[in-house]
Amino acid sequence: MNTFNLLVVVCLAYALLLFAVAALTEQAARRGKLRWARSPLIYTLSLSIYCTAWTFYGAVGYAARSGLEFMTIYVGPTLVIIGWWWLLRKLVRIGRMQRITSIADLISARFGKSNGLAIGVTILAVVGTTPYIALQLQSVTLSFDAFALSQERSGFGASAFWVAFGLAFFTIIFGTRNLDVNERHHGVIIAIAIEAVVKLIALLAVGGFVVWGLSDGVDDILARIDSSPIAHWDVRPGRWSALIFLSAAAFLCLPRMFQVLVVENSDERHLRTASWAFPGYLILISLFVLPIAVVGLDRLPAESNPDLFVLTLPLAAGQDGLAILAFLGGFSSATSMVVVASLALATMVSNHIVMPIYLRMISGSGASVSGDVRDVVLFARRFSVAAVVMLGYLYYSLSGGGTALAAIGLVSFVGIAQVLPVLIGGLFWRAATRIGALAGLSLGFVIWGYSFFLPSFGPDVVFSSQVLLEGPFGIQALRPQALFGITGLDPLVHAVVWSISLNTLAFVVGSLMTFPTPIERLQGAQFVNVFDHSAGPRAWTAASAQSEDLMIMAQRILGPKQALSLFHNEVREQTGRPGRPGDLPVPTPEFVGKLERELSGSVGAATAHAMVSQIVGGSSISVQELMAVADETAQIIEYSDRLAMQSRELEKTAAELRTANSKLTKLSVQKDAFLSQISHELRTPMTSIRAFAEILRDGGDLEPHDTARYASIIHDESIRLTRLLDDLLDLTVLENGQVNLNIRRGMLNEALEQAVITAASGEDGHRIKVRRDANSEAVELSTDFDRLAQVFINLISNARKYCDARVPELTVAVQAEEDTVTLDFYDNGTGIAPEARDLIFEKFARMNTQRAGGAGLGLSICRQIMMRLGGDIRFIASDSGAHFRVRLPKDGQTA
Amino acid sequence: MSLPNPRFLQRQTYRRRRRADAARILPTLGLALMLVPLLLQTSTNATLDVPAARTSMVALFVFAVLAGLSVVSFFLARAMARDEKEGPANLATSLQERETDI
Repeated sequence: MNTFNLLVVVCLAYALLLFAVAALTEQAARRGKLRWARSPLIYTLSLSIYCTAWTFYGAVGYAARSGLEFMTIYVGPTLVIIGWWWLLRKLVRIGRMQRITSIADLISARFGKSNGLAIGVTILAVVGTTPYIALQLQSVTLSFDAFALSQERSGFGASAFWVAFGLAFFTIIFGTRNLDVNERHHGVIIAIAIEAVVKLIALLAVGGFVVWGLSDGVDDILARIDSSPIAHWDVRPGRWSALIFLSAAAFLCLPRMFQVLVVENSDERHLRTASWAFPGYLILISLFVLPIAVVGLDRLPAESNPDLFVLTLPLAAGQDGLAILAFLGGFSSATSMVVVASLALATMVSNHIVMPIYLRMISGSGASVSGDVRDVVLFARRFSVAAVVMLGYLYYSLSGGGTALAAIGLVSFVGIAQVLPVLIGGLFWRAATRIGALAGLSLGFVIWGYSFFLPSFGPDVVFSSQVLLEGPFGIQALRPQALFGITGLDPLVHAVVWSISLNTLAFVVGSLMTFPTPIERLQGAQFVNVFDHSAGPRAWTAASAQSEDLMIMAQRILGPKQALSLFHNEVREQTGRPGRPGDLPVPTPEFVGKLERELSGSVGAATAHAMVSQIVGGSSISVQELMAVADETAQIIEYSDRLAMQSRELEKTAAELRTANSKLTKLSVQKDAFLSQISHELRTPMTSIRAFAEILRDGGDLEPHDTARYASIIHDESIRLTRLLDDLLDLTVLENGQVNLNIRRGMLNEALEQAVITAASGEDGHRIKVRRDANSEAVELSTDFDRLAQVFINLISNARKYCDARVPELTVAVQAEEDTVTLDFYDNGTGIAPEARDLIFEKFARMNTQRAGGAGLGLSICRQIMMRLGGDIRFIASDSGAHFRVRLPKDGQTA
Repeated sequence: MSLPNPRFLQRQTYRRRRRADAARILPTLGLALMLVPLLLQTSTNATLDVPAARTSMVALFVFAVLAGLSVVSFFLARAMARDEKEGPANLATSLQERETDI
């Protein structure tokens, strides 16, 4: 079996190994046994996707062309990570607190969840990353070809396609298996960590072989460097510092770096380990670059590609095994980069571009789609992964893969570095606004595209060489690589200086001139002061502790019995045997999701999510969630308010019913009393009528005057009966309001005069002197005079009947006011006993039964009449005599 | 349990803050050192008195600086990890309790 076939077999076996490891890890993750997979070491190794095939192959080529300048690519990230305390710690904390899923998500979240910004960053990332993916495919193809050439085999032009296909497949399988709130992909991270080790070992092995195999140790290598074409220190200061800046910016802003640095970070403290371990890794991986370049320049033919020295040196020396290892290292670098980059980009594309469009499209139908969305998101992810990788492949096949590897990488770096001003500003400057961010990003993007990205295709591809030399339309100030007429800058430095400085300027000025929205201000405070708003790093909590916490919370909300049965059912499902008391289920994502749904039935979805994520995710609650919680709380408050109102209404109704009931009871008692009273009143005269009628019928020998006397008694009693019945009828009519009043104009004194005459003509009672004042009585009224006279007659008759003075005297005083007339009737008797005063207006109330002439309905009738006439009659309590006061309106309106 | 010496505690937190300062300063120092190669004489403007720097020498310098930074960072990280372990452990547990007490 020749080396090339062996290479293919090893490659496939390696891919299978990665698949297996990723699959096993995912399985372990589902069982909750992930402690080892989330160690600081794995985190540090995962950061090594910074070192792509560019680093692996390209750095040597870079060194062969430009000497030590390649080191700047490692210096930037080293400075960033040893400064973790200042920047990365904050970034990671924010990422966890806000559940950030990508760099676009971070920028969008900081500036008030602006999806416009997210789309901008996503586009920038896609445009910046596509060449980078193409670069990886190119490196794999080149390395394949290197073997093919050495074996006199035809080149494998199609290899790039199959590599792209395989990578997309791997990413879809392990990167989009499920939707994790935190966007962590355990299988992918472990695979990357393994690849990190493989590429390091491969480069160290080749380096070791070069230093101690092809040369005579360190001293010899140093001597070789001194005698090589790159022996002299020909630093280009502009490029040197610009590249340090760029690599630092790229380390923070590249989507794939952000993914492993922030999104996949499970514990803030891992940064601490990475702060020294990652620089160590970088030192090791860059240690032998210079020796390999120098030895390659020395030993290999001048026309050989320095980008492939890592591969061609062992091949030329006949070390096929080492060459295959080197190939695997390069393969690892390329694959890990493509996997994570496409994953990160797919997250951004699906979250910020595909899903908003999809949701807008279906929102027209109005259907609630909480169930379907998961599938849609997953599909969008998978589609985006495939699209991103294929885009890279397209770029590779269209560009022809001619340019030096490092150049493409730098174009990407400058592109993605445009995010840096907005990122840093957003983290440290509260006044940064969305408009400012948009302005800065757009301007930076445009300048980068114009001055670096488009010219990078070479003259006469996008820009004609004439435009490059003389500017569009001959405007010198707009020459893509000499903006504002300033020449003499290296194209890279030129692009970095202008794009970053104008980007920052637009961002700052835009922020100063605009006003942030409330949510921007809130998010700004959350980001800038993240350490005030969050607790310290949470320890890795044991699964049992989480389950206990969940159990306690569930008990409080669902009630102990229901919570217990929920947890027991889960234990049974997880272990396949009935749960014993004290058994707690492993808090798998499925179970936590189920629990959250159960809780949301009781406390609302947002509250449930906030509570569960407090325990499980260790992440704090975002502003959106708080608002949702507030909404739910408001709904609950409103509901309970409504309940309280309803119960108040019910209470009121009940009280009214009680009052009505007691009134009815009283009325019924009154009715009974009235009936017994009336039968008694009717019975008395009837008894005497019957008795005397029987005497007249039976006794034939009665004296004539006796007969006449008995007959007159019968007659009197009949009259009394009739009067009683008349009064009753009168009262009934008055009380029912069926009375017809005969309102007319007339003089008060006439009514009084008539009443006095009528009352005086009655037989019973004493004579009484009535004192009146004629002047005051001359009042003109409009009322029912017959009824009014009836009242007066009653009052005067009462005085005649009950006044017990020796010389009875009744005074009638009239006082006319503007609309009313008041008449006072008072006599000089002893008056009415205090205990009887409350009763005088009641029916059948009589002061004293012996002297009773009437039925005791008089004052009742008076009161009813006065009510009908719109006035009233009251008893005035006084020491001397009985005193009644009658008030009536001058205008006889009826009540 | 006897009360801890307050002066000792204060000293400890003071040390801790200074370690954080060091962690902040370290990248600045690193950057400054990394810009030193720019000051070196290049082959184009080398004079007889000051010959041009050699790539091998600068490479040694750069690697030494990187290694130095890494080592300092290692000791800083270890000290910080120790701080955290000795740190307010009971505060952490009370936080834990508070979080379940929703």
